[in-house]
Parts: sequence; structure tokens; C-alpha cells
Amino acid sequence: MKTFDYRKALTPEAAVETFDGETARFIAGGTNLLDLMKLQVETPDKLVDISRLDLASIDEREDGGLTIGALVPNADLAADPRVIDRYEVLSRALLAGASGQLRNKASTGGNLLQRTRCYYFYDTGSRCNKRTPGSGCDAIGGANRILAVLGTSEHCIATHPSDMAVAMRALDATVLTLKRDGDRRRISIHDFYRLPGDTPHIETVLDTGELITHIELPKPPSGRQAYRKVRDRASYAFALVSVGAVIHIQERRIARAAFAFGGLAPMPWRSQAVELALIGKAPTRDTFEAAADALLAEAKGFGGNDFKIPLARRTLIATLRDLTEH
Amino acid sequence: MDPFTNSLTMDKPCPQSLLDTGVQGSISRPFDRVDGPKKVSGKATYAAEYDVPDLAYGFLVGSRIGAGRVVSIDADAVRSLPGVIDVVTDFDRFIRVAGQGGETEAPTQGVKTITSRGEIIAIVVAETYEAARDAALQLPVNYEREGGAFDFAAHRNEANAPPDGVTPAHASQGDIEKAMAEADVSIDVTYVTPSQNSAAMEPHASIAVWEQDGSLTLYGAYQMPTSDASQLADALGLPSEKVRIISRYIGGGFGSKLGIAPESVAAAIAAKQIGRPVKAVMARQQVFEATVRRSNTEQRLRLAATADGTLTAIGHESLVSNQPGEDFFEPVGIGTHMIYAAENRLITHEQVPLNFVLSGSMRAPGEAVGMVGLECAMDELAEQLGMDPIELRRINDTSIDPEKGVPFSSRCLTGALDEGARRFGWDRRQAPASRRDGEWWIGMGMASSVRGNMLMESSAKVEIHPDGSATVSSAMTDIGTGSYTILAQIASEILGIPVWQISLSLGDTNDPPAAGSGGSWGAGSSGSAVYLACETLREKLATAMGVETSALTLKDGQAIAANRSQPIGELVGEGIAAVGKIKPGKQEEETTQASFGAHFAEVAVNSVTGEVRVRRMLGVFAAGRVLNAKTARSQCLGGMTFGIGTALTEELVHDRRDGKLVNRDLAEYHIPVNADVPQLDVHFLRERDIHANPIHAKGIGELGISGAAPAIANAIYNACGIRVRDFPITLDKLLAKLPDPN
Repeated sequence: MKTFDYRKALTPEAAVETFDGETARFIAGGTNLLDLMKLQVETPDKLVDISRLDLASIDEREDGGLTIGALVPNADLAADPRVIDRYEVLSRALLAGASGQLRNKASTGGNLLQRTRCYYFYDTGSRCNKRTPGSGCDAIGGANRILAVLGTSEHCIATHPSDMAVAMRALDATVLTLKRDGDRRRISIHDFYRLPGDTPHIETVLDTGELITHIELPKPPSGRQAYRKVRDRASYAFALVSVGAVIHIQERRIARAAFAFGGLAPMPWRSQAVELALIGKAPTRDTFEAAADALLAEAKGFGGNDFKIPLARRTLIATLRDLTEH
Repeated sequence: MDPFTNSLTMDKPCPQSLLDTGVQGSISRPFDRVDGPKKVSGKATYAAEYDVPDLAYGFLVGSRIGAGRVVSIDADAVRSLPGVIDVVTDFDRFIRVAGQGGETEAPTQGVKTITSRGEIIAIVVAETYEAARDAALQLPVNYEREGGAFDFAAHRNEANAPPDGVTPAHASQGDIEKAMAEADVSIDVTYVTPSQNSAAMEPHASIAVWEQDGSLTLYGAYQMPTSDASQLADALGLPSEKVRIISRYIGGGFGSKLGIAPESVAAAIAAKQIGRPVKAVMARQQVFEATVRRSNTEQRLRLAATADGTLTAIGHESLVSNQPGEDFFEPVGIGTHMIYAAENRLITHEQVPLNFVLSGSMRAPGEAVGMVGLECAMDELAEQLGMDPIELRRINDTSIDPEKGVPFSSRCLTGALDEGARRFGWDRRQAPASRRDGEWWIGMGMASSVRGNMLMESSAKVEIHPDGSATVSSAMTDIGTGSYTILAQIASEILGIPVWQISLSLGDTNDPPAAGSGGSWGAGSSGSAVYLACETLREKLATAMGVETSALTLKDGQAIAANRSQPIGELVGEGIAAVGKIKPGKQEEETTQASFGAHFAEVAVNSVTGEVRVRRMLGVFAAGRVLNAKTARSQCLGGMTFGIGTALTEELVHDRRDGKLVNRDLAEYHIPVNADVPQLDVHFLRERDIHANPIHAKGIGELGISGAAPAIANAIYNACGIRVRDFPITLDKLLAKLPDPN
């Protein structure tokens, strides 16, 4: 591990102030960052420890939504009775991720910022545009079974590993931040992530030193929710495909649908086309097929991961069927 | 006083055992591990945990190319980093690959030549682990790349026969082609299994300490310290007696710690060079890249049978891989030689040269993957015959080794099949793809289990002290299996001294040499050495009591004979000691020795996604005397768990362009986690093997994995009607053939 400077921040303001220099990093649970530092995939000069900030509560707002502190552990968020009761997709997504030990340590804000699990990103002896911009991508043409089929570019086919973030997209969450200049921002989760394009090392719209302080959930959506994760073993494995779903049926028509997907793309994926194919339609097999067609119209496999396309289709249709059956 | 010696070569059967006549009641009981409290309280010292003064920390440097040469290492570039002491390499003496189990010479040395990515070429030594790692990751190395062989499929035509190993490379009898042509029913299928990693929890680690007399003490993680000391001495150019290995606790081996690994030689050379003790612990990625793997296999199975199910031919032809010039081959057909009768037989192994990390022994080398091909093919044959798969195996059971013509020392295959069928509810099995539970297809499968039994030359010293306690010492190891406990139980049973009064010293080559742990031989071999030592001590106690040995009863610390009772401690003066030595003999040729069993599995296959979940498993085993009902069961549970891994998840993924092992950590190399392992049941059949050794026990641990994976694969077929012959059976391989679920 490269030598680094370590500073402890006690307030969000102090945290962003301490974050000087391009290569500093905030550290909360450290469940991803520390591994990456040991491998020198990440080599920060400075760590600003934000784990003691007073951002570990979950509060109800007057509009019926929840404000989740960025430091709420994944385990606590998953077990919160309000989350279980009103945002089932989020609780289930959290519990589908990682292991009990990791969920105890991992923070809500950090979860959003997990780095990809692409094999070549983790190996500093491989070419990776995300790790070393401009070096190339060894995953294309390499072992890519776990990688993306949507939203890729010729520079990067990595997937985003988070389960929680998939649910956050299905729930239309908002990310609240504090910038170094003291400004506060509200960023829709739908605008939060960036596709790789020719800058796969830039994964979000956060500015340097911008701190996630909270995540807001709007008032609970009506209808039914589900999170279905398909993986290689029953626990402690990243999603090959996952579906976070919220659907509301009124008078035998789909009145509202919010579908987000994990394991398929460089960011938690949400497709308006899927929802357009569903809303206003009767929940029939044809409707579901049309939704799957809409999701996967632009999907492109890289050999090892071709199976994700039929897998996503089958998983989406089964999820729709489950949610619309009585 | 010099210890007495009691040696036995297994030339004749041992029909009587003191374990049957002892009255202490220690043997076979499900004692908790005697080392358990130390382990759970953190007091058990693993290799990297010894507190050595003036210790320096080493971090290994692995090659970043898969084949070629090291041109230069720019040590100066990192020497001045804070905390760095030195960059050490020795292009001649560093070992290029890990050692194989039981070898007494050094493995291939010389690291100027790179034969696989991750080969250890240097060690950076620093005042802290972190400083050493930082410098090691930054160390500039110039390479000259050469074309290597990284793609099994592209190089499979270059296969050639290796020298014979634990099983012959090529063996045949009769005429398989003719038998296939004349068969009523035949099967000709190819099964593929991937490279695997042992994935022991404890990484390979060494602390090297040079003593003032020029000898080396190495705290290491080893299964076989006695032969490993010889390997290490040879690598360093020392006489064997100048190397002492201490391996008191080992966090799992599964074959990967049978021989020395590169960190030991690197730590020893670095310690010599800097004049301080050096600790080198492999990073998890290095364990994957620089120790051993189980070879991938491609197995062609040919089975011929008459209409009534009698096998007339068995063909098991395997392609495996290893580095060019390395002799070890995965002995895929080793179980096939002995499990079923059939007149015509062909069992071959060919080696494909590949620039992957060394292939070596891992979790039941041979049977664990060989039984995959054979037992899945048997399932296919049973279906073709329209016969119950258990009945097919029963028909072809044999009491005579079908190739050597000698009897089995003991064999309860049919007994295990029948008992398992009854306990598992096999009669509720239905036709393929006919049982559903919601979205899930449900199916049952089974497979036979076999694992060769081995006796290895071993010795142990047992000493009775005047206070009535006893000490057992041997260079035997406990790799998490329960050796400490069963050796204490054996001594306790024969000497009539309670288990809690027996202390043990294991894993130190200063103690009497032993074969250590591997190949499931540890309990039978070291247990017999302890038995023999105790046998002699018992005779000495009888003499001290003035009675015939047969008239002596030893129980609860008392010697009882001729209406007298005396504390054992009072009979030993200042203490008496005996060394027991066991050696294999003619019994190995006059009988074929193996443990047998049967695996049963019930699985669920998701009709939408192809995900497979094991619902329950049962293993019924016959392995001679069970020395401790709890540790024996735990061994089998572990084996069955790794059977789940073999069937469903475990696979080393190599980049075919450059040989890079891409999933080299435990997040991406998927061993089963708790949620993958359902209720596992283990049942032992009562058996004694008088030809195996004086304690009548055979190997257990590896029996639990042998046959477990094909039972699961056969259950998958029964569940959904899809036969996947490419392991592991991940969901993508089922998905393509699964019908539309909606």
C-alpha cells in the first residue's frame, strides 16, 4: 500500500475542506476502497475519514419520503422497518448484496460509488481504460462473462456492481451533496452516473471533493415491488442480471412501472423504453415480451457474456409475471 | 533413557486390535477437537503468527508475463523507498514452481525463465508489510516475452503420455473397440472439468530464521513437514538435517501445501542475505498464481454393456495439462481402475503442455474429477438401459480388483448404495423433468464413491510421565482435520489415560518423522505409529505390574491386574517412552485397499434462469474404523461441500491470449458459501479393515468429495432433463437448453 495522509473529519464541511488535491479519497466503510488500495488500483495521497460524520440516521420527511444519511450502514438500511414496509425493493436489493459482515460495514453513500468488479480493472498488469485512461481494454476479447451488454463503449465494457443502486434507480432517489465551495446539490439518481464513452474513468457527475451527504427517497410508490437477482452462487456473488421493479396496476392496466437493472451495464440501468412498453397496457405475455424487446434492442454481447441477453429477457418477464399475478 | 522402538511392516493382516480390547472408551467417540479452544481463542499459532525478534517483512514479486525471460530487475528504483531494506532475488535457487507432495528433492529451480504468469521472481524486504508491498508493486522488471501455450483447445493435439504416477499413464486390457462394437448398449461421451484451486483459508506463509550454527528454522504452512524439510534443504543447498520446519497449525491445505511453495525459499534466501529473520505471506492472488492448481480435464468415457446391465467395457481416456517438463498428471482414472468389473478396459492419461501455474494434487486428486466423468456416464448408461442407476452399479460391483485380480481388503459399495437409497428416499425419484415446485424443477441423483487407501511410512513417540500424563510427538500435522484429537484418542484408549491428560506435539521436524497429512493417509499412518508406541508401553506397564500383557487392564489412569490397582504414573519411574514405526508392506499387493461409499443429492433447477440450488445431500461411507465420529463426519461434510463447488461454481478462468488467471481471489473464484450448502447428512457403515493397518481405519476425508459432484450433476439431469457435460454447471450452460418458462 502506498503511503498516504490520513485525516479524520468531524463535520461534512470539514470533510470537503480537508479534501484538497485531485487524488484524495473519502473513506467510510472502506469495503471496496481498501481492497483497491492494497492492489494499488487506487493510490490516493490522502484519505479523509468521514465515518464519524453525523450522517447515520434515517429520517421521515413531511412529504412521506425518507432521507437516508450517507453513513447509514447497508445492514441498518435493509433492516429499517420503514424501508422494509414501504421500499421493499431497496431492502431486498441490499440483502441480496455482499455478505452480512460487509453490509455491517458498508455505507449507503459508498455503495453508490463502488467500483466495477471487472477482472482487468483489478489487475494492474492488464490494460484498463477505467484504471489507466488511454491504456486500452483487455476485457474486450478477454474473459468477459461477467461484463456488460448495454451502455458499453469501445473503451469499456465494465458493469456497475451495486444492488442497492439498482433499487435506488427504480425508486427515483435523489443524491444530496456538499461541494468544496460549500454549495449543496440535489442530483437525481438518473443523472448521477455517466456511461463510459471515451472517459470510462469518470463514473459519476460528482465534482472532485464533492461529498454525498444524504439520499432522499420520494414518498413510497404505490403498487408492488420486487428485486430479483440472478447470480452464480446463492450469496456473496455479484449479479449476472438483476431486476429492481415497481409496478402499479389499476383497472387491469399497468398504470405505473419503474424498472431498473443490475449486471447488464456500466451503471444501474433504467430504460424508459421498457416502461413505455408497459404503461397503459394490460399485463399480458405480449406486453412483457415487448418490454423485454425494448430493454434489449441495443444489447450487444462480447462472447462470454452473450447469455446475459436471454437471461435478462427471461428474468424480466418472470418478474413481470410474478408482480402482476394475484 | 532411550525410547523403546516398535516397528511394523504391513506384510500380514492384523486381525486383533488393541482398540477393540481397550476399555477406556475413548476411541470412536465424538470428542470435540482438543485444539478447538486454542483455535477459537486465537492462541493457536499459524505459520505467520510466531513472534520472532528483529523480524523483517517480505512481499513476493510475481512475473507479469506468462512465458519468457526476466531480463533485469531494477532494484535501485525501490531500494530508497521508506522502510525498504532490500530487494532479494536468486535467479538460480528461487523455485520456479511449488513442490509436489512427498518429493524429497527441490522442485524446478531457476526464475530467469518464466513459465507461468505470477511465477515468483523476487522478494522485497522491508520494516513493515505495507512498505514491502508498496515497493514490490512498484518494482520495475524488464521481460523478454516468448510465445507460450495458454489455450488448452488450441494445444490439445500436442498431448503426450507422461511418466507413470500414482496411477499408470496408460493401462489397457482386452479389446475395448470390439466390446463397444458388440455391446447391446454403449455410451461414448466426453466430459470436461476446469482448472481449480484448493482455496485454503490460510495463505501460504513462511518465517525463516537462520540459527547461529548455520541451520534454518522455518515456520511454515505444510501438510508434510518431513519431506518438505528435504525439499527446502535441497533448494537451498543444505543437508536435510540443517532444516527444521515447524507447522503446528495449518489453516487448510487441500493438497496445496503438500510440497514447499515459493515463499519459503524466497524468505530463507532473503533472511540469509539481510541477516535478519524474514516473514513472507502470500497475497491471496499469489496463492492462486504461484502455488498449484488442479488440472483441467477432458475425459472421454466409453461404456459397453449387455442388455441386463453387465459392463463389458470401460474406457476412460483423459487429457490433462501441466507445464512443459513437469511430470505430475491429474490421475483422472485412478478410481476407474477399481470400482466396476468389466473385462475390457482402457484407462489413459495424456498431458497437454500449458503455461499455467503448476498442476498438482488437490482435494482427492484423480477421483474428485475422474468420478465426474465416470459416474455421469454411468447415469447416462443406466438411462439407455432403462435401468435404475443404483441397480446398474450393484450389478457391476466386484469383490475382486478387476485389473489386479486380488481381493479388496474391505469393500461396502453395495451396502452403501442400499443404505443410502433407503435413507434418502430414492424410491420417490421420478422420471426426468417431471417434478416441479413453483418455478423450480426438482430432481434426484446419485453416484458411487471410491478413494484409494494409502499407508505411508510414519513414526511417533509416546511418553508416559510420572504424574500419569502422556505426551505424543510426531512430525505429523493437523491441517484442520482432527489429527490432534484422534491421536490423543488412540493413545488414551490403549494406555487407559484420559484424553485430557494427553498432550501433543505435532508439526515439528525435530520430532519423529511422519508422512504428514495428504491423500487421506494421515489418520491410518500416524494413528498406527501411535498405536505401535502405545502397544510397547503397555507391555512395559505389564512387566512393571509383574503380569502378562493380556492380563493387564488400563483405565482412567490405573493399571489393573491380579486384583491390584496402581496409578500408571507410579509404574514408569522417571518416565518411559516408545517410538512406533509403521511401513507399508505386502498387504498393499495382496489386497486392493480403498474406501467406498455412495452420494445422493436432491437439487432444484430454476426454469427461468437455470440457477441450480442443492436442496439436500446424503453420503453413506465405509472407511474402516471411525476414530472420532465427529471429526470423521466433519471431514465428509467438507468433502461434500467441495463437491458442490466442483459441480456448480469452481473454475479458474484463464485469459486465452496470455495465460492470465483472471479470477484470482475469493470474490470471483466461487467456492460454495453457506447459502449454497443445504442440510448434508453423513452416515458411516460399520467396517473394520485388518489389511490396512493395526487400527483398522481407512482414509475418510477425500471420500466425501469423490462422487459428490456427479451425484449433483445427475440430479440436475433428473430435474430438468438437460445433460451438461462441461463443468461447472453454471446457469448459462443450462439456459440455452431450458424451455421457455412462460
